[in-house]
This record gives sequence, structure tokens and C-alpha cells, in this order.
Amino acid sequence: MEHKPLILSPSPHVRDGDSTQKIMFTVVVALLPAWIASIYFFGLDAVRLVLWSTAAALVSEYVIQSIRRRPHTVSDGSAVVTGMILGLSLPPGLPSWMAVLGSVVAIGLGKHAFGGLGYNPFNPALVGRAFLTASFAIPMTEWVRPFDAVSGSTPLALGPGLVEYSDLFFGSVAGSLGETSVLAILLGGIFLFYRGVLDYRMPLGFVASTALFMILLGEDPLFHLFSGSLMFAAMFMVTCMVTTPVTPVGRVLFGAGVGLVLTVVRLWGNLPEGVTFAILLMNAAVPMINRWTRPRIYGQGVKQNA
Amino acid sequence: MQKTSFWGGVHPVYNKHFTAAKAVAIIEPPSELILPLQQHTGEPARADVKKGDEVLAGQRIASAQGTVSAHVHAPVSGTVTAVEPRPHTSGEPGMSIVLENDFKDDWVEMTKVSDPVQLSAEDIKECIENAGIVGMGGAGFPTSVKLSPPEADIDYLIVNGSECEPYLSSDHRTMVEYAEDVVLGTKLLAKACGAQRIIIGVEDNKPDALQALQEHSGGLDVVVLDTKYPQGGEKQMIKSLTGREVPSNGLPHQCGVIVQNVGTAAAAAQAVRDGRPLTHRIVTVSGEGVQSPNNFLVPIGTPFQHVIDAAGGLIGDTGKIIDGGPMTGAAQITAEVPVIKGTCGIVVLTREQSLFAEPIVCIKCARCADSCPTYLLPMRIERAAIHGMWDEASELGAMDCIECGCCTFICPSKRYLLHYIRLAKNQIAAARR
Repeated sequence: MEHKPLILSPSPHVRDGDSTQKIMFTVVVALLPAWIASIYFFGLDAVRLVLWSTAAALVSEYVIQSIRRRPHTVSDGSAVVTGMILGLSLPPGLPSWMAVLGSVVAIGLGKHAFGGLGYNPFNPALVGRAFLTASFAIPMTEWVRPFDAVSGSTPLALGPGLVEYSDLFFGSVAGSLGETSVLAILLGGIFLFYRGVLDYRMPLGFVASTALFMILLGEDPLFHLFSGSLMFAAMFMVTCMVTTPVTPVGRVLFGAGVGLVLTVVRLWGNLPEGVTFAILLMNAAVPMINRWTRPRIYGQGVKQNA
Repeated sequence: MQKTSFWGGVHPVYNKHFTAAKAVAIIEPPSELILPLQQHTGEPARADVKKGDEVLAGQRIASAQGTVSAHVHAPVSGTVTAVEPRPHTSGEPGMSIVLENDFKDDWVEMTKVSDPVQLSAEDIKECIENAGIVGMGGAGFPTSVKLSPPEADIDYLIVNGSECEPYLSSDHRTMVEYAEDVVLGTKLLAKACGAQRIIIGVEDNKPDALQALQEHSGGLDVVVLDTKYPQGGEKQMIKSLTGREVPSNGLPHQCGVIVQNVGTAAAAAQAVRDGRPLTHRIVTVSGEGVQSPNNFLVPIGTPFQHVIDAAGGLIGDTGKIIDGGPMTGAAQITAEVPVIKGTCGIVVLTREQSLFAEPIVCIKCARCADSCPTYLLPMRIERAAIHGMWDEASELGAMDCIECGCCTFICPSKRYLLHYIRLAKNQIAAARR
């Protein structure tokens, strides 16, 4: 009757349909609105930089895994995500070779130096971005206005009151490629949330704490939420699974910590934008947050015969 | 209607549509029945018969020995052909009484009671013990023992009708077709354990079961539960319905609660009212690998193959034959194993369904932690187990794992989390001995 032996394996015998690869490509799809918006505002520069950074990320992953004699996992989609996020966080006028270098550093130093996907403590795209910011301070902070590519200042540099909220929301301001349009970013974020990939707790902690600190310090919270890299980071960077805490409370605290550091950098720091370093700093705190926020286990600390 | 639930859990594809609406069918008894002496948690029963003995249906053929054990009764009349090890759902051959059916269906005399609820707690427990009833949701803990916890005040009896495992519908059909027995059994169990507050909990994906129970409830509290796996886990039922938690390393009675399955309640009613021992049970045969999924009233001891044949036999490329549901059930090596008291279902999956992608690296998405109904961090315990760090696994709460399988189910990297947690539990338990 039976042609082949029955399969024996431990329970459970059914699995959820989602996979790590699907998660990665869902993020890629969620990044498309921001990319399309960046092409609309900044033209071919947006195509050029994102393609170069993504291609460089893929090639770096392949080459490094060849050198390390590890199985090739380019198809898991994680390198595409890193490359796209890095590309979208660059200023429009940046030379292509810098984008390529940023991707090589992101994948090499940010990811494979620690063992590859799943082992990196820091967000790889942000490692690449931090490297570029430190190495090429001038080109990394040269911004242009949308449509005409005339050099201009970002809303954060200008300060509140000089830019319309609607321009901030739709993205018609100077800034990094994919980070100007709050609308496009939120579309991607809502898609991620709907597909169960985005954990709302990190963005919630991040956005809420930033708004709270800004209000307490007498700043305009809406201006701060809508400008700079904040919304892009809230949807695509603080939600990075690998580099954030695994505990429910820890995830909120992580977001809140990013908001705190960001507030400090924006109001008192010398950097124009603090998201990169706020997240990298909090990435370093993840093991500690995990340890501090371990959930109480069911039934522990419960009295008998309650 | 207000629904109650617990934190964590997952939503597998329930696949209840195969059998949920199918009335329980009577199965043609097999010519040979295999009755393991171990069909329950605790010590195996001791065989009272030997090769060549003639037995009647309903006759006790093996007796409980030790404090935690249960009697075994013959489901059909016939001749004992052997007392020998036979394949068992546990995976290891178990000493079993092999019975040749004479198809005469001669039953022993059964003593009926006209007003069972008037019996004393002790009498009810005695009837349940004599009938060899064990937990019929799968765990198989002897019911009479569970009803007499050592020096504990029981104020809650929860009767578990959530049946959260995919495919299974035996409890569902029990509630629909034997609602009266479930309600009577619930009252008897409550009286036996002295519980003042009684709740029957049913998931909201079984509206007809809820309706049937409410019609017969006679004042009992029937509560709607959120459809979510593992709602029917004992600890999750208690949390959902009372807000209490079973102490770590403890048992439900330590928080004043006893949980019984609806099938157990129905069996208790039949045992006390009709004097009927536990010889038959409702079994769901389902899955993409069987021709005509159905619910059957099956004599205990019937080989799986016989039940599968009653459902039209296997179709397609058979991958797994599972004793129980696909989340917690055990894959079987052969269909020769018999239905025992705790077999709520036989699920047959195709080969395609049984093969999973190779595990890849953990991306720390924390879905396992978010779905763990005991609030563990499964990825951390798994990692500790992979590295043989048993102290760390223990410190992370490995022993509190209920083995529901949510972590492995939900893992997008397809890692065998529960498998490693079980390994850690075994190692920790071995070290404690």
C-alpha cells in the first residue's frame, strides 16, 4: 500500500507560510513608494544612486561569501534591502562611487565582519551611511531642492516655521533621496504593517518619545517628526529585526531610546541629523535591553492556592 | 458576545471544514483489537486475562496498579489471542492485550443510576475510576486521580471545549451530538471535585456547539473563547477564563482549578448514569491524505489502518500519519498502531505537506517570543541548547515550556526551536535526577 516509508519528525507538523526571504522582499516592495517619490523629486539621481548601492551590496555579499567559503545567500533578499535603504538615505548629488563604497562597507563591515545575516549587532545600511558621513562630510551634507537640483538647505537646517507642513508631508523639500516624502514612506510602512512584517512597537516608541521630548523642550513636534530621516528611520530602520531587541517591552524601550538620543543630537549636537547615530548607539544597547526586559514567565512568582 | 483570550498564540490554518459538519459515524468493528496496558499517564495497568480467555464487551481486562493508573475494558466480545508487545502511538512497542472479535457483541451487565447527580462525590469518583476514564483530550491523565488532588481547595472546574488543534473535530461533534452528556458529566465532575464555579469554554469557531451546550446547559456557564492556538492548552484555558496562572513547575489544582476535556465529561456521564466503561471514543480522521475525512465512534484498540480505511483509505503520496493534531500530535511509523483512550484524531498529511524548507539563520524577528503563550524567549533557549548550555536554558525557563509548538510553527527561518527546547528539557531533567 505504502510505497515510501512514512516521514517521522517532531511536532509541530504544520508551518506558517511566511519565510525570511518573503519578509525581505516584502520590505523591498515597501521601499518602492519612497523610491518612486525620490525619482519624482530628484530625477535620475535617485535611479542612479539606488541602483549602484543595491548592485554593490549584492556583489559584495556574493564576493565576501565566496572568500569566506560560505553558502551563497544573495537570494535571501537581505542584501537588496540593505543596498536600497542605504541608497535612499543618500543625498541626491553624491558621486556613484561613494554609494558603491558605502554599500561595500555596509555589507562587509556592517554585516559579514560579524558573521553575516542574523549576527550583525549594527544596522548594516547605517554602518555604511555613518562611514560615508565620517569620510565625506561635505558631499554627504550637500542638499539640493527638488525638481531643479539647485542647492538648498534641508528643513532641519532651516528650522521650524520656514517650511510648509504640506511640503514636508508630500516631500517637496531638500533632503536625502527617499527620506523627504512622509506620505510615500507611510504608504510603505502601512503595507509592511498590513503584511505583518512591521512591528509597531519600535516606531511607536520612537515617534512617541521624540514627540514627547520635543514638546517638553518647547519644540514643534510635528515639524521634527516630518523632517530629516525620522519617518524613514521609523518605518525601515528601527524596525530592522536583526539589530533590535527581542522582548516586547525592550522593543518599545529601544524606540524610545532612539527618540531620546535623536532629540539630544538635533537640539544640541553639531550634526545636522541624529538618526544614524541614535540608532547605532541604541543597537549597541540591545543586549542590555534584552537582559533588562526579559518577560516574566507564565506561572513564575505566582503563589500557590491563590 | 464578549470573548476571552490569552497573550501569545498563533493562527494556523484550521482546516476544520473537512469534518466539522459531519455527524459521528459508527465504524464497523475490526476483527482484531490491540489494547495497550498503557493508555494513560502513570503506571501501566496489569493484565487480568491471558491467552485463550473469552471476554465479554465491557469486561475489565486489565486493572490499574499503583496510585496513578487506569483500568482497561474490552470494547467487543471475543477471545484473547495474545498478551504481547505491539506497536504503540508513543513510538515504542507497548505490552498489549490482543483481542479477536467474535462479532457477537455480548455485553456485560451495566448498572444504571436513575438520578446520577444525587450520588456522593465518592460514588461518582468510584464510577469514573471503575470505568477506566482518563483525560480524553490527549494527555490521558487518569480522571479519578485528577479529581482528588492532595489537600487543595478546588473552586473552579473548567470543561475544555476549545479544540484548538487544526483538523480535529471530535470534541466539536461531542458537544453538538452529546451536549446532554457533556452537561451532565460537567455537573458530576464538579460535584466530585467540590468546585463551586463551573465554566465550559468553547472557541467561537464552533457556534453550533455553543448553541447545543447553551440549550442543555441548565444554568451552567458556557463561555465563548477567541479562536486561537493553543487556547485549549490547560494553562491557557485557566488564564483565559479565570485570569489565574498555574505556578511554575506546578499543577492546575495548586491555583484552585481543575480542567477536564468535554469528551472526558461525556464519558463520565455515561459511566455514572449508564454504568458504561470507557470502551469507545470519537476519532476524527482528516487531512489531505485521506479520501473521505470523517468523525467515527471507534472501539478503543482499533488499528489506525482500519479507521483510515473506513474513511476511504489513503490518497496521494502519504507523508505523515499523525496521532492527534498537527501541532502537538506524534508522527507514526506505522498505521498498525491502535486507537487508544487519548486518540482524538488521526491526521494524514501528504508528502508535500510534510517536507519543510531547510532551517536558515535566526533573524531575531522575535515572532517566537511574541507567540509564546508562556512568555519565553524560544530563540534564546534554542541557542543555549545548540551550544549545550543547559544551565542557561534552564535559567531562561526551558522547563516552563508547554511544547505547544507555536515557536516552530511561526519561525520564518523554519528553525526547529521546540525540538531544541525539548532537548534542553530532557537534559535538565536528567541532570536533576
